Amino acid sequence: MASLTLSQICKTFPNGVEVLKGIDIAIEDGDLLILVGGSGCGKSTLLNIIAGLETLTSGTVKIGDRVVNNLSPKDRDIAMVFQSYALYPSMTVRDNIAFGLQIRRVPIDKQTEIIQRVADMLQIGHLLDRKPRQLSGGQRQRVAMARALAREPSLFLFDEPLSNLDAKLRVEVRAEIKQMHERLGATIVYVTHDQIEAMTLGDHIAVMKDGVVQQLGDPQTIYDSPANLFVAGFIGSPSMNFLRGKLAAVGSGLAFEAEHEGRHVPLPLPAVPAAAKQWVGREVILGLRPERITDPDSRQGFNTLDCRIDLIEPTGPDTLVYTKLNGAKVGCRVRPGAARHAGESMLLAFDMSRAVLFDPGTESRIR
Amino acid sequence: MRADGRIDTGRVVIYALLAVFAAYYLLPLYVVLTTSFKPMDEVRAGNLLALPQAWTVEPWLKAWHSACTGVDCRGLQPFFWNSVKMVVPAVLISTLIGALNGYVLTMWRFRGSEILFTLLLVGCFIPFQAVLLPMARLLGQFGLANTTTGLIFVHVVYGIAFTTLFFRNFYVAVPDELIKAARIDGAGFFLTFRRIVLPLSGPIFVVSIIWQFTQIWNDFLFGVAFAGGQSAPVTVALNNLVNTSTGVKEYNVDMAGAVIAAAPTLFVYIVAGRYFVRGLTAGAVKG
Repeated sequence: MASLTLSQICKTFPNGVEVLKGIDIAIEDGDLLILVGGSGCGKSTLLNIIAGLETLTSGTVKIGDRVVNNLSPKDRDIAMVFQSYALYPSMTVRDNIAFGLQIRRVPIDKQTEIIQRVADMLQIGHLLDRKPRQLSGGQRQRVAMARALAREPSLFLFDEPLSNLDAKLRVEVRAEIKQMHERLGATIVYVTHDQIEAMTLGDHIAVMKDGVVQQLGDPQTIYDSPANLFVAGFIGSPSMNFLRGKLAAVGSGLAFEAEHEGRHVPLPLPAVPAAAKQWVGREVILGLRPERITDPDSRQGFNTLDCRIDLIEPTGPDTLVYTKLNGAKVGCRVRPGAARHAGESMLLAFDMSRAVLFDPGTESRIR
Repeated sequence: MRADGRIDTGRVVIYALLAVFAAYYLLPLYVVLTTSFKPMDEVRAGNLLALPQAWTVEPWLKAWHSACTGVDCRGLQPFFWNSVKMVVPAVLISTLIGALNGYVLTMWRFRGSEILFTLLLVGCFIPFQAVLLPMARLLGQFGLANTTTGLIFVHVVYGIAFTTLFFRNFYVAVPDELIKAARIDGAGFFLTFRRIVLPLSGPIFVVSIIWQFTQIWNDFLFGVAFAGGQSAPVTVALNNLVNTSTGVKEYNVDMAGAVIAAAPTLFVYIVAGRYFVRGLTAGAVKG
C-alpha cells in the first residue's frame, strides 16, 4: 500500500477542451479518497490519469515515493475496477483473475493460491469455472473486485463500480467495499457521481466541478461546512435549501430576514462568521438543510413560522414537506405524525445554528 | 388471418407479391438445374420448363473432367482447384488484416486514424476497371503476372477495404474498458488482440469470410485479366467452356458447368447464411 500525491494536474484534450485545471490532492497510505461530481467534471479523466490510461498535460502523479508520470499502467502497481466491470467475456472467472498473474509470470502454484484466497474473500469460489455472461450483475462486480485484489496493488482505483447495480445490491456492495477497505488497509481512489456513496464510503471527499476541486475534506466537514454553493447543493439529499434575503442587525447579533405572508420576519443567526457583519443590509444566500426545519416538538426553542404546505413526501422514518419562503421552494424534514396535508398550514421551527451564508455574486461561503 | 378470424386482404397481397418475386428468382435456377440433367435430344426438343424424361448425369461428368475450354479438354476440374487455391489464402489473409486494422482503428487510435479509415473506405468504391492497368504493371514488375499468387495479392489488396470496414464497425461496439483492463493487467498490443479481442470476433469473422469468399470466388474481371491460361479461376474457365463450340452447343453441359462454378458460394451461403445476418446485426458485445 502507498500514499498518493497529485500536484498541479492539468489536462487539455487535443480539441482544446480543458478538463482538469490544476488538481492538488494528497492522501495517506490506507486512505479512501472519493472523487465526486456531476458528469463532465473531470473525475473519470483524473482517475484515468492516475491509472496511466490517459496522459496528462502538466503536473505530477506520485504513488508512494515514485513519480509515475511516464510509467505505463502495468508498471504503476495499481488495480482498477470499472463501471462495466470489463470482465473478459471469452474467459472463465478463473482465467479472468489469472490473466494478469500469467502476464507477470507468477508461478502456477502461487497463482492457484492467490485465486483461492481472493475467491474465498469475495465468496465466488463456486463461480470460478463460469463465463461472465453466466453471472448476475452483483456476481460480476465481485469477480471484478477479485481480479483487482489478486494483483495485490499499492493503489486501488474504482470507476463508478456500483452504477450498474440495482438499488438494494448497491447498498450491500457499498458496505462490503468499506469493510474490505478497513480490513486490508488498502489505499483507494473511488470515483462516483452519487453523493450518498461519497458520504458513506469516503475518508476524504473531493467534490469536483469543471475540472477544479471545489472542496476537499472529510464527509462531515463537507456536509456541515460546504465551501461554496455548488458543494452545498451537491452533497445531501434532499438538497440544502437556499433562500435569498437580507441580513439585518438585531440587537448585538445578526438575523436573516425571511419574507412570510408579506411580512419580514427576522430569523436570528446564533453562530455568525466574522465576515458576515459587512453584509448587514445586503442580500445574501442562506443555506439551511431540510432537517434543520422541522415540527416544533422535534426541535424546541427555535423561531417558528406558520407555513402553508405545497407538497408532502413520506419516506417512512420521516416526511418531507415543501413550502415556499422568499420565493424559493423549501424542503423540511418533519416527524411523520406531525406532517399536515398539502394545502394546509403547519408550524415549522427553524434551527439556524447550522445555517451557512453565501455571497450571491461569487457563490462562495461567507466565513 | 386476423385474431378475429377474418382474412386480411393486405396480408394476401403481400404474400402473393412475395410468391411472385420468389418464383421470378427461382425459375432460372430451376431451368439451369433441370436442363443440366437432360440428354441433348430433350434439350433440342425445346421444352424449357419440362422435367427431364430420362435423367442423366453425363453432362455433369463431362463438364467436370472432359469438356473443352479452348484447346484444353480436361473440363472445369483443374480450374476449380485453381479457384480453391486462390480463394482460401485470399479470404484468410484479407480477413486477418481487416481484423488487425479494425482493432487498431478503434482501440489504439492515433492522430489521423479517422482520416486513414475514411481513405480506406474510399477503397470500397473504386471500380475494378480503374485499377486494371496499374495493377497489371505492378504484377508484371513483381514477376507475378498470370500466377495464382498474383491473383491472391490483388484480391487481398482489394478486399482489405471491406474487411477493415466490417471489423472496425464491429469493434466500435466493444467496450473501451475491456482494453483498459487488459492494459492494466499488463497485456500488450498483440496479446490483447489475441486473448481478448479475437475470441469476441466470431460473428464478424463469419460475415467477413462469407463476403470475401463470395466476392473472390465469383470474380471474373481480375481472373481474366491477371491469371490467364493454366492458372485461370473457374469463372474464367466457365466462360471459355461456354464459348468453345465444336459444332453443337451443349447447353446441358454449360448448365452443369455453371452450377459447378456457383456451387461453393451457394453452399457457403446456405450453410452460414443465418450467421451472416446475425453477424451483420450483432451490436454490442455483452460481457
